[in-house]
Amino acid sequence: MPPVVEARALTKRFGTFTAVDRIDLEVARGEAFGFLGPNGAGKTSAMRMIGAVSPVTEGHLRVLGLDPERQGAELRARLGVVPQEDALDQELTVAENLAIYGRYFDLPRAVVRDRIDELLEFVQLSERRRAQVDPLSGGMKRRVVIARALINDPEVVLLDEPTTGLDPQARHVLWDRLFRLKQRGITLLLTTHYMDEAEQLCDRLVVMDAGRIVAEGSPAALIAAHATREVVELRLAPTEDEAAAVQVLERTGHRVEALPDRVLVYVDDGDAFVREVHARGVEPTAVLTRRATLEDVFLRLTGRALVD
Amino acid sequence: MATPIALRVLEGHARSYRHTWRGTTIGAVLTPVLFLAAMGLGLGQLVDREPTAALGELPYLAWLTPGLLAASAMQAGAADGTFPVLGGTRWVKTYHTAVASPVRPRDLHLGNLLWATIRITVIGLVFVAVAAGFGAVPLTRGLLALGPAVLTGVAFCAALSAGVVLMVRDQFLAGLNRFVIVPLFLFSGTFFPVEQLPPVAGTIARMLPLWHGVELTRALALGTPPALPWPVHLGVVVGLLAAGIAVGSVTFDRRLRP
Repeated sequence: MPPVVEARALTKRFGTFTAVDRIDLEVARGEAFGFLGPNGAGKTSAMRMIGAVSPVTEGHLRVLGLDPERQGAELRARLGVVPQEDALDQELTVAENLAIYGRYFDLPRAVVRDRIDELLEFVQLSERRRAQVDPLSGGMKRRVVIARALINDPEVVLLDEPTTGLDPQARHVLWDRLFRLKQRGITLLLTTHYMDEAEQLCDRLVVMDAGRIVAEGSPAALIAAHATREVVELRLAPTEDEAAAVQVLERTGHRVEALPDRVLVYVDDGDAFVREVHARGVEPTAVLTRRATLEDVFLRLTGRALVD
Repeated sequence: MATPIALRVLEGHARSYRHTWRGTTIGAVLTPVLFLAAMGLGLGQLVDREPTAALGELPYLAWLTPGLLAASAMQAGAADGTFPVLGGTRWVKTYHTAVASPVRPRDLHLGNLLWATIRITVIGLVFVAVAAGFGAVPLTRGLLALGPAVLTGVAFCAALSAGVVLMVRDQFLAGLNRFVIVPLFLFSGTFFPVEQLPPVAGTIARMLPLWHGVELTRALALGTPPALPWPVHLGVVVGLLAAGIAVGSVTFDRRLRP
């Protein structure tokens, strides 16, 4: 069976602006694959080419073995898409939104009806079937969009920033549903600028910056390769000379990142390092030792924080 | 056999119409009926004190009715060529979701046109029935005249949606109405013959596609020959429709498959 995505030197340009710059990708069936990067990194443009809604400027792209350029409609019939914006018809009911979309795939009306029952149960909105969309909460609307993306029983689901703008509880509900899709063997492709989301959902991911892939691997492998086991976050007192303090910290031999509001130090043993800091006479107002995350990987690779 | 994709889009329009028909249909039917009452009966009283040669010595109401039918069809077509398209591309963005399915941009264009055809036909039927009730037109002639009126409305829907799909600012909408739709409505031989205009304005009016639609509709409603040969009028209206479909297949694609 062909891989879900096979891209070589895939490029997307809008006029003179290069949104996606010669990226290579291969995504296997059943994988949960993430595009991680800040806004404008080219994640959405890459996803739109894969979803056959944006022409490839240059390079080779096959999705489920099909050419998105020549076999676009055939390919889209096998994909589910969760766009960044819900794009639900607010005046219609939950079921009507799903029914209209299901008919776009030419599914028989009886099949659409049955699928709506199953899918609303899956996204835990059965009792909202006849409810108008407008008054639903953001998390509920997002779940309706997930159900809409599944109406054609897709092999692959593309999710563009699936939980952006949702409260923590709603995000966890959504992650749980997406995890179940993965368990069913559905391939998930998602873009995100949230580290925790990538760590929760992705088997493998690429880190994108300015249209290029700057790293690739599993979340754990990326952290192992580009960060240390632990990170110590220090907040310095406003009276402390920051440059001098950073110099002192750097003399410990560890990598130091001075952010506007705090200083990060990449170490293997956080507690030992904190003792060393005090011994060297730096008195931070707050100290936090935590596990390294993909946020640290991104900072390391690009010198910038993911979310400003 | 697979359902043609534009028909699937049409079905979507029909399904959502269950929730929106009151607002859109009542307005589309009521407005021309009010015009018919005010202009035809009120103004008609004044005009008809003496027979008017420019109106072919017809009662004003009889002369006005087909013009109003064609112009109302244009207005309905203009509404269907703007609001659903802007909703799909900008306000609700359902078009962007639709093209992620097997639906292609041109299917959205054609599906909307098919839906507009049905809607304009229904609105026109109600108008003809009301006008026949007023005694403004014989029912059979009115139904005959519905053909070119609907064609005119659909042509405007096609042409406007082909342009509106690229619209990135809502302000253009007010401008479109003020500077295109309303002048067409007023000066295309709807309320008075274009011969009444100063010569230059009259020449311009004869170039407006609505005037050709009005001429066709009036000729069939009154059983008189149109101002120019039939094929000329028909060619302009059908040409507008064909251009709208052809240009729309390009502009919809440009907008929805960047």
